[in-house]
Amino acid sequence: MVPFFRRFSHALIERNLLLLGVLTLITISIGGLVQVVPLFTVESTIERVHGVRPYTPLELMGREIYVREGCYLCHSQMVRPFRDEAERYGHYSLAAESMYDRPFQWGSKRTGPDLARVGGRYSDDWHAMHLRDPRSLVPESIMPSYPFLDRPLSGVSVTERMKTMRAVGVPYTDEQIARAEADLAAQANPNVDGSGLTQRYARARQGVFDGDERRVTEMDALVAYLQMLGTLVDFTDVQPDAVKQR
Amino acid sequence: MSTTHKPGAHGAQKDGDNTTGHEWDGIRELNTPLPTWWLYVFYATIAFALVWVLLYPAFPGTGWNGLLGRTARTDIAEQLAADRAQNEPVLARLRGMTPAAIIADPELRDFALAGGRVAFGNNCAGCHGAGGQGAPGFPSLADDEWLWGGKLADIQHSIEHGIRAPDDENTRMNQMPRFLADGMLTQAQVNDVAEHVLSLSGRAGNAVAAGRGAAVFAENCAACHGEQGQGNQEMGAPALNDAIWLYGGDKAAVVRSVSFSRAGVMPAWATRLDPATIRMLVVYLHALGGTQE
Repeated sequence: MVPFFRRFSHALIERNLLLLGVLTLITISIGGLVQVVPLFTVESTIERVHGVRPYTPLELMGREIYVREGCYLCHSQMVRPFRDEAERYGHYSLAAESMYDRPFQWGSKRTGPDLARVGGRYSDDWHAMHLRDPRSLVPESIMPSYPFLDRPLSGVSVTERMKTMRAVGVPYTDEQIARAEADLAAQANPNVDGSGLTQRYARARQGVFDGDERRVTEMDALVAYLQMLGTLVDFTDVQPDAVKQR
Repeated sequence: MSTTHKPGAHGAQKDGDNTTGHEWDGIRELNTPLPTWWLYVFYATIAFALVWVLLYPAFPGTGWNGLLGRTARTDIAEQLAADRAQNEPVLARLRGMTPAAIIADPELRDFALAGGRVAFGNNCAGCHGAGGQGAPGFPSLADDEWLWGGKLADIQHSIEHGIRAPDDENTRMNQMPRFLADGMLTQAQVNDVAEHVLSLSGRAGNAVAAGRGAAVFAENCAACHGEQGQGNQEMGAPALNDAIWLYGGDKAAVVRSVSFSRAGVMPAWATRLDPATIRMLVVYLHALGGTQE
């Protein structure tokens, strides 16, 4: 006996316009639903943990540089739920931790190490020196050098960037956007009063990220971004049920 | 324009030539079906997907947990729990002991050395080097020169609270003045004192300038670095009379240090590492460099 799929001929579909139309519609609908339906379930898939906030203006600009330089091509930001990764990097990444990422930086390849929890592991000086010349600190490194990051932060204003982020769903308040320029300058200079900054952005840290407090450079922004990665959620405070996806 | 011939007119494989019977301006379309093995694999993937959907929680928001009731997150929780159950008896003992007591117990010492080596590679080697050899600005841990003391308790405090670490009240903290930048010394005085500092480790430079620099040194530097530049580990002031230089020992580097100061930062690890891991690191570092008793 010849099975159905041996007797079946695509000629049947090709010669029946209505049948072809209906089957095409079904096929495309399945593909579309698979991509669209999960978006309606974010309320249940994003874990119920505290501490995740939108990026500060300086961190946001650093993130733009991270994207511009293509860091995601060699570095992932996704600690997978495997024992060896937990041993090396810490708690696996949560969906909640990248809910304000537009676009997300999970990456798909690790030529360098994962960066999802790199924040606070090294000093600011280390990051600045390492970005300028990786081999001065890690002789076997194959990472490119980025000495040009010591140039002033310029380009699209941070206010415009934050408005764009808000347009795609990041909940920046009017106050945060109005104070963007001042907050950016304050985070890069510890001599400035930063109480407004930390009030608007919990756990934001002021620092001289590039070693020179007189000007705000791309290095300041990128190091500020790297130093906050993975530090917002306090995992000593997270109960197993909170990270269960429903 | 193309013309589609009806199969009745020509018919597929009418002449045994394996075409579909379509012809466009004399060009005929070959009828090559998918290889049977490929087709079976394709159907198998569909079947696999259906089974997968049933076994695992494939529909978020519905409460469907899958027939297995397992996810990668429940798996890792079990693996970590099993791992803890295996190591916890030893780790619990380590937490309750001083590093000195750990070293005195051969079995625990071996455990701590092995665990400390792994923890060092993961957490410390980025700055201090894979073998603890250090890098410019990041001290070597494989020698017997210590900035903040090399006793077991000193090392433990440095790891737990870091050096100038943000967000740690007990961190090790000092602040060398920026002698040139803040106008405390002139450029000439900085040059003289740099010559004097080089002479402390027996390097002959400009003897006259070094002589002038001795007075500047006694007045501005000796309080922390010592009369002979021997350093003071209580204050984290490095020795200047030996060949070990954290930021480089040539004159340009010394002038820069005097002019603009240096302030390296090490994170506080007490909030990031298990107390047992910190004790293992102390034991490992004790074996790595020349520690003090």
